[in-house]
Amino acid sequence: MLRKQRSWILTFDETVDAMAWERYCETHGLPGRLIPVPREITAGCGLAWKAPPEAEAALRAALAESAIAHAAARILEV
Amino acid sequence: MIYLDNAATTLKKPPQVAEAVCRAMGTLGNAARGAHGSSVGAARTIFDAREKIAKLFGCRDPSRVIFTNNATESLNIAIFGAFSPGDHVISTDLEHNSVLRPLYALEEERGLELSFVPADRQGRLDYDAFERLLRPNTRAVVCTHGSNLTGNLVDLRRVGDFVKAHGLLWIVDASQTAGSQPIDMAALGIDILCFTGHKGMLGPQGTGCLLLGPGVELRPFKRGGSGIHSYDRHQPMTYPTRLEAGTLNGHGIAGLSAAVDFLNSVGLETIAAHEAALTRRFYEAVRNIPGVTVYGDFEHPHGAIVSLNIRDYDSGAVADALSEVYGIATRAGAHCAPRMHRTLGTEDQGAVRFSFSWYTTAEEIDAAAQAVRQLAE
Repeated sequence: MLRKQRSWILTFDETVDAMAWERYCETHGLPGRLIPVPREITAGCGLAWKAPPEAEAALRAALAESAIAHAAARILEV
Repeated sequence: MIYLDNAATTLKKPPQVAEAVCRAMGTLGNAARGAHGSSVGAARTIFDAREKIAKLFGCRDPSRVIFTNNATESLNIAIFGAFSPGDHVISTDLEHNSVLRPLYALEEERGLELSFVPADRQGRLDYDAFERLLRPNTRAVVCTHGSNLTGNLVDLRRVGDFVKAHGLLWIVDASQTAGSQPIDMAALGIDILCFTGHKGMLGPQGTGCLLLGPGVELRPFKRGGSGIHSYDRHQPMTYPTRLEAGTLNGHGIAGLSAAVDFLNSVGLETIAAHEAALTRRFYEAVRNIPGVTVYGDFEHPHGAIVSLNIRDYDSGAVADALSEVYGIATRAGAHCAPRMHRTLGTEDQGAVRFSFSWYTTAEEIDAAAQAVRQLAE
């Protein structure tokens, strides 16, 4: 059985943006990893970023700081 | 064999290029087609390559580095994607068929208006002609950075001043110079830079690039699988996907990325200086041989090419003798540069092109010059 957990999910319209975000997170020690985009979210790119929900504030700040293009960010059970 | 056909493709590559291709073939999945390690690994490899290439050529946004199969595909994407019926485009007599044929096709099929800046018998562009050829509907300049026949370099700053003064789109074909000459798109104001990965870039065949400057928009050239927006009827309009339908050559791009690392480790200025010294050495050795005609302008910055003829000999016969008797690989014939050959008066004879690379040695240059001397006796 698939186990779900509350996660902060960030989606993208372009693969290059997902790649840029992964690079940014690695460089800045931010948590998370790339996963297939959950069906609950409509997004252009098949890759999404999954991170613990408690990291949301830090990740949103990083999004603003990096100015990397993204589609949506929300908490989901995935 | 002494390989002096580097303007066609560089034969000797840094060993890490082939190593990177082999590694990629054993590890990379299909980029942007999944979230498993192999697919994401491919996407990372390609993203790394975009970033490196953007930096190398002064392209501010890596998402505007478009991967193609070769310079011809890059130029087709640029030319077919940029122009509309009634546009006027200025090009030059130095161009390769990869520029000329797409332009001619648009002229015949969509009413594109074309003008060509002429060159003289040394293959030197008449820069003043750009202003003379300007029309109210002039939309763009499409020009090479370096003739693939004479090796003459185009003064991009001078062309750029004209382009800027009239607010034109500027497409540059850097097939013969990318990897051998420093090119900074942002500093020069180049809108679209096209090049192949397998010549001076020292990467694998089947790789090429199209780099877009800020604000430049092109219509999609091909449509298909993208890994994003799969339920949309139309090709996504975000870059790079807008211009990259279908699976990318991830294996080749991994090799190209390794080649860029090599170029950076040596330095483009160092490579340019080495190739300039080789070119000068060969030119000085053959220019005064009785019966030898050398084409091009060697008083101004020049690429790593020297083209010549011996007496009235068929250039193909000379290239064959160089290959069979001396083991020297050159390129004879028309070089896909019909306007340049007509300008030089070599349409019938063709010319024998000697072209050099980072891996060419002074000893190879001297052996080639000696072979020319003997054939001219």
